[in-house]
Amino acid sequence: MPFIPHTQADVDEMLAAIGADSIDALFDEIPAALRIKSLAGIPEALNEMQIGRLMQTRAQRDGRPLNFIGAGAYEHHIPAAVWSIVTRGEFYSAYTPYQAEASQGTLQLLYEYQTMMASLTGMQVSNASLYDGASALAEACLMAVRAHRRSKSARILVPAAVNPIYLEVARAIAEGQNLNFEIVPYEPGSGTTQPASLDQYGGQDITAVVVQQPNFFGLLEDVDAITDWAHTNNALAIAVVNPLSLALLKPPGEWGAKGVDIVVGDGQPLGVPMSSGGPFFGFMTTRMEHVRQMPGRIIGRTLDLDGKPGFTLTLQAREQHIRRSKATSNICTNQGLLVTAATIHMSLLGSEGLENVAAASQAQTTKLIAALTKIKGVKLAFSGPRFHEAVLQLEHSVEPVLEALARKNVIGGFDLTRRYPELGNALLVCATEMRTDEDIATYAAALQAVLAQV
Amino acid sequence: MSSIPSDLKFLDSHEWARLESDGTVTIGISDHAQGALGDLVFVEVPEVGKALTKGGAAAVVESVKAASDVYSPVSGEVIAANEALGAAPELVNTDPYGQGWLFKIKPANKGELDQLLTATAYEKVVADEAH
Amino acid sequence: MRLPCKPCSPKYDHGEVMSEQLIFKHSRPGRSAPGQYPQAVASEVPEHLRRRKRAALPEVSELQAVRHFTRLSQLNFSIDTHFYPLGSCTMKYNPRACNAFAMLPEFLGRHPFGPSSSGQGFLECMFELQEMLKEVTGMKGVSLTPMAGAQGEFAGVAMIRAYHKARGDLARTEIIVPDAAHGTNPATATMCGCTVVEIPSLANGDIDLDALKQAVGPKTAGIMLTNPSTLGVFERRIQEVARIVHEAGGLLYYDGANLNAILGKVRPGDMGFDVIHMNLHKTFSTPHGGGGPGSGAVGVGQRLLPFMPIPVVGKENGVFRWLDERDLPQSIGRLSAFMGNAGVLLRAYVYMRMLGRAGMQRVAEFSALNANYLLARLRQEGFDAAYPDRRASHEFIITIKRQARELGVTAMDFAKRLLDYGFHAPTTYFPLLVPECLLIEPTETEAKQDLDAFIAALVSIQAEAEQDAAKVKGAPYTLPVRRLDDVRAAKQLDLTYKPEVQSA
Repeated sequence: MPFIPHTQADVDEMLAAIGADSIDALFDEIPAALRIKSLAGIPEALNEMQIGRLMQTRAQRDGRPLNFIGAGAYEHHIPAAVWSIVTRGEFYSAYTPYQAEASQGTLQLLYEYQTMMASLTGMQVSNASLYDGASALAEACLMAVRAHRRSKSARILVPAAVNPIYLEVARAIAEGQNLNFEIVPYEPGSGTTQPASLDQYGGQDITAVVVQQPNFFGLLEDVDAITDWAHTNNALAIAVVNPLSLALLKPPGEWGAKGVDIVVGDGQPLGVPMSSGGPFFGFMTTRMEHVRQMPGRIIGRTLDLDGKPGFTLTLQAREQHIRRSKATSNICTNQGLLVTAATIHMSLLGSEGLENVAAASQAQTTKLIAALTKIKGVKLAFSGPRFHEAVLQLEHSVEPVLEALARKNVIGGFDLTRRYPELGNALLVCATEMRTDEDIATYAAALQAVLAQV
Repeated sequence: MSSIPSDLKFLDSHEWARLESDGTVTIGISDHAQGALGDLVFVEVPEVGKALTKGGAAAVVESVKAASDVYSPVSGEVIAANEALGAAPELVNTDPYGQGWLFKIKPANKGELDQLLTATAYEKVVADEAH
Repeated sequence: MRLPCKPCSPKYDHGEVMSEQLIFKHSRPGRSAPGQYPQAVASEVPEHLRRRKRAALPEVSELQAVRHFTRLSQLNFSIDTHFYPLGSCTMKYNPRACNAFAMLPEFLGRHPFGPSSSGQGFLECMFELQEMLKEVTGMKGVSLTPMAGAQGEFAGVAMIRAYHKARGDLARTEIIVPDAAHGTNPATATMCGCTVVEIPSLANGDIDLDALKQAVGPKTAGIMLTNPSTLGVFERRIQEVARIVHEAGGLLYYDGANLNAILGKVRPGDMGFDVIHMNLHKTFSTPHGGGGPGSGAVGVGQRLLPFMPIPVVGKENGVFRWLDERDLPQSIGRLSAFMGNAGVLLRAYVYMRMLGRAGMQRVAEFSALNANYLLARLRQEGFDAAYPDRRASHEFIITIKRQARELGVTAMDFAKRLLDYGFHAPTTYFPLLVPECLLIEPTETEAKQDLDAFIAALVSIQAEAEQDAAKVKGAPYTLPVRRLDDVRAAKQLDLTYKPEVQSA
């Protein structure tokens, strides 16, 4: 059978050494009544050739349609070198670096990653990853409550223009610890959060204010004013950002007079394929003064017995395996392999590469908007400055339009109808540097045809 | 084996309390505790003005292998915290009964001190734990 | 029968040791890999929001980056290069096929929000994975969304709380946890707004049933258990434990970290558990990746079906789709922005299809065989087992307490010296209950000769400890670094490279 190397001779010798008659005897402590009779529901084994064939068939069924969705997962070019190195056995099949001397590869890479993320976000320290952007936001809110000693309310202000699925996840994870999330509406004309809409909370005990840049609609928020409002009102400021956008945009560490307190987001745009939804990775960076409240693994540089520099897990006393019920979080395994990919990706592209990709994505989205709004019945909802996504409004129900586009091998966008009914028949579209002018023309032609028949 | 100053009182969870001449109480952790924790890397002291109850968590001492809560032996208001521990947490290791003090309290009820273990009784607790 | 041990010595004789500079040291201003990104175009960003100073990312050529990270990989121990008996982590072979087929371009290039109609191939794999996991664990429903064991635990305890709340049973806020439990268990209970009640384990490794009876009551939300436990032994009276907790009105949560020991032999659902999490990166061989990504899929019994985290794959008239809050209105909600670690789930699916029915049953058999063989042989060689009267499950504990007392050589010293012999150390100092312990889990994919080499290494280290304790205490000698100063790492925090500060 696959992956088990034992010969009958091995089995006999081993049983003799143990002093047992059979392998079955090794389970004699388990009550007979509990033993499984049969696993009829599990199919017979397939060898590698057979499972390969099956997976190819299923993959081909899904095909490779042209993708124009963002909404938190973005299609970017990933250099071939990234995953050929990531899938090396020494990275792929290593585990958490508990024995630091035998894990200097992973540990050094994570230290380099922490350095890059701190710099990219304009903050002082980074952890070694959380599960994804949404759960990272939940952890940031919990961290703000721990770190903000003077605030007792555990009230977190969240703009409606923050990714609504991130908010759902934050609620699912953090409401068990009595956090209260309050929604701040966006301005209907601009699609952005006006600082004035925070004024109703002035003078109240607010623990933290969250702001996403660009926001879920792809638009640029007035992050300086919102950050300053938070600090003036004795609240912490939490930023949710797209790390690729930080190649063009002012980093959260420079927002407002003092910069934000905690930065989170999803690192997927940096060298991680969309892969049907994961695995991605959440990043978190913060100020040095909050480092002990930050969840997740942290790598530090130190010296060994001979005075040589080396890397190790540090500040572990905050973590579940030591602090147990008082830990900062229960997180243990995180998203190490994806961080490996992102670190290699950032090294290959550098700041210039990320800038060019970000600018090209923005430019292609501008072209996409131009091409689609030429079509009768397609309107741009918000015209302010944006990164690489936009909200379009149709005269017809979005879902059937997206289904019809899918039949033409175009994945047209993310349907906003359910979560933002006030926007009417709205969808969120995105074009990255991978969407060529031809791709955009293909989409426009397909949409024109679909709308003509609706 | 450490020599415990006889004017100290103890909780069996290894905290000590010393009644000062001005009526305030100084609190720290014992030599046995610092030895068990190992080199301290960080100490979180309570804020001045905070109200503590006897037996309630007041501070945190963190080494590489553990982060332990420090419980207050008496109730009262925190009037001072040892700021020197910020840069030098190892003072708790080198001088646990002197310069390694953690915080001072204005006690709400001096009678609570009588409920604590004497130095001799605490030494017995430590000796028993070793078996 | 006692088999003679072949003598052996450490792998390297103070030979060449590798090291690799920080990537920032390779950087030179203006250097890059221009083949990897498009030409510059003007960007439209309002002045006050524009980034002024570039981030301190590397400026290296493509070859320099490739060489740097390849060399870094060579500084690691991994399953592909070393026997890795890390207890409780199940470091079994990660089949290459799982990676190859999970990374087929169609799966890799699919956006998670694409319509179900263009994802039927992927969804069929996910649905079948749910069904197989249900079958092998004896549960009624499975959600694949939690992204690691700890998130699965969170989902499990959250579902238990939701169940009691839905019944108006608001007083049930206590979670019972054995003192041998993994730290994530009490940490999770706290994250769900519960308080932890700890109960002791007996000297033979089983739970103290009397203590359990005292601990349950009207405030009990549930108990978190793993079986076999972290002590490496099977809780023989599990059905009694289930009865006690259920009668008191609580539910049973199964921590699936040790599922490898019973896969194909016993099902948690049959033991009476109401909710379980599985660690797909342990039992189902998805890659450990240097610290993830994992997957903590959860399985539930009938009572908790309505509360499963969303989304879950459903099948109607042969068509697959995601079930969400409209289908499961009492769900505890979403734990991720999308649907969990899809790529990990595809790898687990391929693995389970390659094992098939017979292979699934072989997992527990051969992991138990390997563990019991190692236990028997190490005891024959004079090592002390923590639970000598018990069968090993898929792992077991050796205690170095005696050597620590007599020779001053600790479990940590043995672990570090094993690295010089070319073995990754077992788990050390967990579970916390057993002093100076080594928790050893060989897994079923290791061959007898590799187990024998491991035994020989431990025997050799024991001899070294008796003859020259200082030598063992100073290990490792043959790796990129010697033992590291943890105290300095925590006190003098150096968490990012700062060129103006560091010269090394």
